[in-house]
Amino acid sequence: MNIENVSRRGFLKGVFAASAFVLGAQYVPELLWSKENRDASAAFQPDIFLGIASDGTITIVAHRSEMGCGSRTALPLVVADELDADWSKVKIDQAIGDPKYGEQDTDGSHSVRSFFDQMRHIGATGKAMLISAAANQWSVPEKDCSTDASFVVHKASGRKLSYGELAGFAAKLPVPKKEDVPLKQRSEWRYIGKDNALFDLQDIVTGKATYGMDAKMPGMVYASVEHPPVLGQQVTSYDDKEALKMKGVQKTLTIPIYKMPYQFQPLGGVAVIADNTWAAFQGRTALKIDWDESPNSSYDSVAFRKTLEETSRKPGKVVRNVGDVDAAFAKGGKIMEAEYYAPHLAHASMEPPVAVAEYRDGKVLAWAPTQNPQAVQDTVSSMLGIRKEDVTCHVTLLGGGFGRKSKPDQVAEAAYLSKQLGKPVKVVWSREDDIRFDFFHSVAAMYMKAAIGPNGLPIAWLQRTVYPPINSTFEAGAQYADDEMGLGWNNLPFDILNHRAENGPADAHIRIGWFRSVANIYHAFAIHSFADELANAAGKDSAQYLLDLIGPGRIVPLEYRPDEGEDGKKYPLDTARLRRVVEIAVEKSGWGKKPNGKGHGFGIAAHRSFLTYVATVVEVEVDDHGKVTIPNVWTAVDAGTVVAPDNVRNQFEGASSFAASLALFSEVTVSKGMVNQKNFNNYQVVRMDRAPQRTNVYVVESDAPPAGVGEPGVPPFAPALCNAIYAATGKRVRELPVSKAKLV
Amino acid sequence: MIQFKLNGAERTYDGDPDMPLLWYLRDVAGFTGTKFGCGMSLCGACTVHQNGDAVRSCSVSMKEVNGTSITTIEGISANGLHPVQKAWMEIKVPQCGYCQVGQIMQAIALLNQKHNPTDRDIDTAMSGNICRCGTYQRIRAAIHQAAKELA
Repeated sequence: MNIENVSRRGFLKGVFAASAFVLGAQYVPELLWSKENRDASAAFQPDIFLGIASDGTITIVAHRSEMGCGSRTALPLVVADELDADWSKVKIDQAIGDPKYGEQDTDGSHSVRSFFDQMRHIGATGKAMLISAAANQWSVPEKDCSTDASFVVHKASGRKLSYGELAGFAAKLPVPKKEDVPLKQRSEWRYIGKDNALFDLQDIVTGKATYGMDAKMPGMVYASVEHPPVLGQQVTSYDDKEALKMKGVQKTLTIPIYKMPYQFQPLGGVAVIADNTWAAFQGRTALKIDWDESPNSSYDSVAFRKTLEETSRKPGKVVRNVGDVDAAFAKGGKIMEAEYYAPHLAHASMEPPVAVAEYRDGKVLAWAPTQNPQAVQDTVSSMLGIRKEDVTCHVTLLGGGFGRKSKPDQVAEAAYLSKQLGKPVKVVWSREDDIRFDFFHSVAAMYMKAAIGPNGLPIAWLQRTVYPPINSTFEAGAQYADDEMGLGWNNLPFDILNHRAENGPADAHIRIGWFRSVANIYHAFAIHSFADELANAAGKDSAQYLLDLIGPGRIVPLEYRPDEGEDGKKYPLDTARLRRVVEIAVEKSGWGKKPNGKGHGFGIAAHRSFLTYVATVVEVEVDDHGKVTIPNVWTAVDAGTVVAPDNVRNQFEGASSFAASLALFSEVTVSKGMVNQKNFNNYQVVRMDRAPQRTNVYVVESDAPPAGVGEPGVPPFAPALCNAIYAATGKRVRELPVSKAKLV
Repeated sequence: MIQFKLNGAERTYDGDPDMPLLWYLRDVAGFTGTKFGCGMSLCGACTVHQNGDAVRSCSVSMKEVNGTSITTIEGISANGLHPVQKAWMEIKVPQCGYCQVGQIMQAIALLNQKHNPTDRDIDTAMSGNICRCGTYQRIRAAIHQAAKELA
């Protein structure tokens, strides 16, 4: 199967022209366009998702973006399974951004979670109608017909008709009511739960896959933008004489600064327009730009750390309270305190931000590697003063995203420049642009305090977290991280009588955004490092202590907002499932069988995020120079029902490398408002020689509703690693990255 | 006038001789399988072969291409898939896939030099290629598998 080259593909509405049977537009009437369902969490407003042509080609629309997590394959696979289709006859068509598809922001590890039931139902409805069509043709009862890989079969007479042959007849039938459409039993699933390859696999390995970097429009010019070095700076004057002398450089243009709050708007700056990407990059080196002052020019990440830490030592906003920690602390006894710190991070997707856009006659056509094509519509229409529906955004494959590509500032730059120039423009960010002008993962300081009971377990546990919130991107001056509290902070799954979680205020001076697994990273780092400190202080085995902290299997009552906006009844916080993944990771890793110390150690952490339970054991070796290597990682995962198990393993293998990067090396620092890191020489990520050598992933078989897969592998890794380093060396690492610690 | 071979075909080029091969391939010749990642030979996404050796095309200027033979992913196998590409598919290596062409080109160059590489050989040869999705252990497994197939 090959996808069409997206850059040559027509508008989506043309795709179904050849289909005799299109399901979707007239379907799911009870939800059709109802206003009360038109919000991000409802997201069930399907329009056209499925078409079958007379030649048997089945077109399934993927409305989620593919950035490496597999959702572009997984959701169509679910449709195909319930349709009982021959997967080799399936063509996947990538949706443009359009509210008619429901929510399209591919983030929060929720593509399968949010759309599994809907996609099953679309496939099942198609199958039911094809069976009706065949039964009519043969004048037999529907119940005597069955399906087999794109055929309807009448076993008694040995007759069969292909889906292609039936498509025209099925199209004339009324769409059955949802409650009249049977879903397959799990045992009947043909593809779900089996090892299926990514739809685009062959295109990827042959270089034919089309990413945003590869999109083209006829007559396009190339642009590269010199952004203000400090957030909020504007151009006071600039000299482009030397730039314009350079070969291939056509002209320069300014891009206006955002209006507060900056949201996803461009940063402003000076764009060099050129014949090719290289010339545009070169032209920038010859620009002389004077920038004005910004209040963010004083931002210094070293000084800011002190501010965060001071705030973390003072009472903050209470986000969860159980019992009375103050009373427990007042009783005296053994008290333990610790502080943890994690720096800003850049996403550094392998494909830097890039987009092609054409403005013509009040409308914009864009091709972009975006996680959120509807945000492209919003951002571009707002900047250009046109209607949202006049922005058409095609979604290419994404060369990584990790949350960065939910923000389409570069697409708005391309659209704006195209309007000025009257021709299509491709904006290409360099790696330096990508790292310096990210929406950064937030720096964070955490303060932890516990009162220890006679059995060595805590009778009181206070945790306080402080960082500039993501909401600062959307609301000028926002200081509290209300939206991040569900990300591993207001839902501690430990069985402790007295517990309080707090959040202190912090101001943002650079753009803050979502980063793969988001606040779970530093929250899990603090919680599980502290748990390990308590275990060691009590002289207990870290894994057993973790199980004791989790306590017996139970549903943890969460008085505050259910995490992830999901119904707490559908996805309760179940400590029995958390215990199970811990027990699996312990067993598979041979925990306790090899002695710790002398530069070798095991560490463990378990964290539920995006409704998935994960336990990770990391084995480390620390040599005489303090160099850390990771021979093995064991990760046990309970993500509920799993569509593509091998992809789940791949995601968790990858998560251990992604997390090893941030645990060992990665750090963004800021001086005088400017980001100091620029490329992979000073923003370090793991390479093959420093990545975990082997990550062993164990996926729990479960009938529970599907949960997240792309992100949950990341959070438990850093604490498990640091706990292993402690076991190996006796050195406690309380700040990331580990590369800053003196281990010998 | 710069003259060279690209995937076996003779080519000439009379543009900016300082333009990196990467941008010639992508923006001038339209061979977009080779990816841009860093522009400084730090990530390996742009890896191609020059006279059979793996090079970072972002850091090879067109004047340095003169008189040499360049092979990109588009020219790596005349008939069907190269055994390394097949191994990549069987092991299901890619996630986002953006770096994988560079990884494959680097792996082919390694296997041309070392027919049966050890884990250490692989780690050494491949550590110039970043995969942000973190598919390293599958890359290592796929190289071992391709080595068996090629033997």
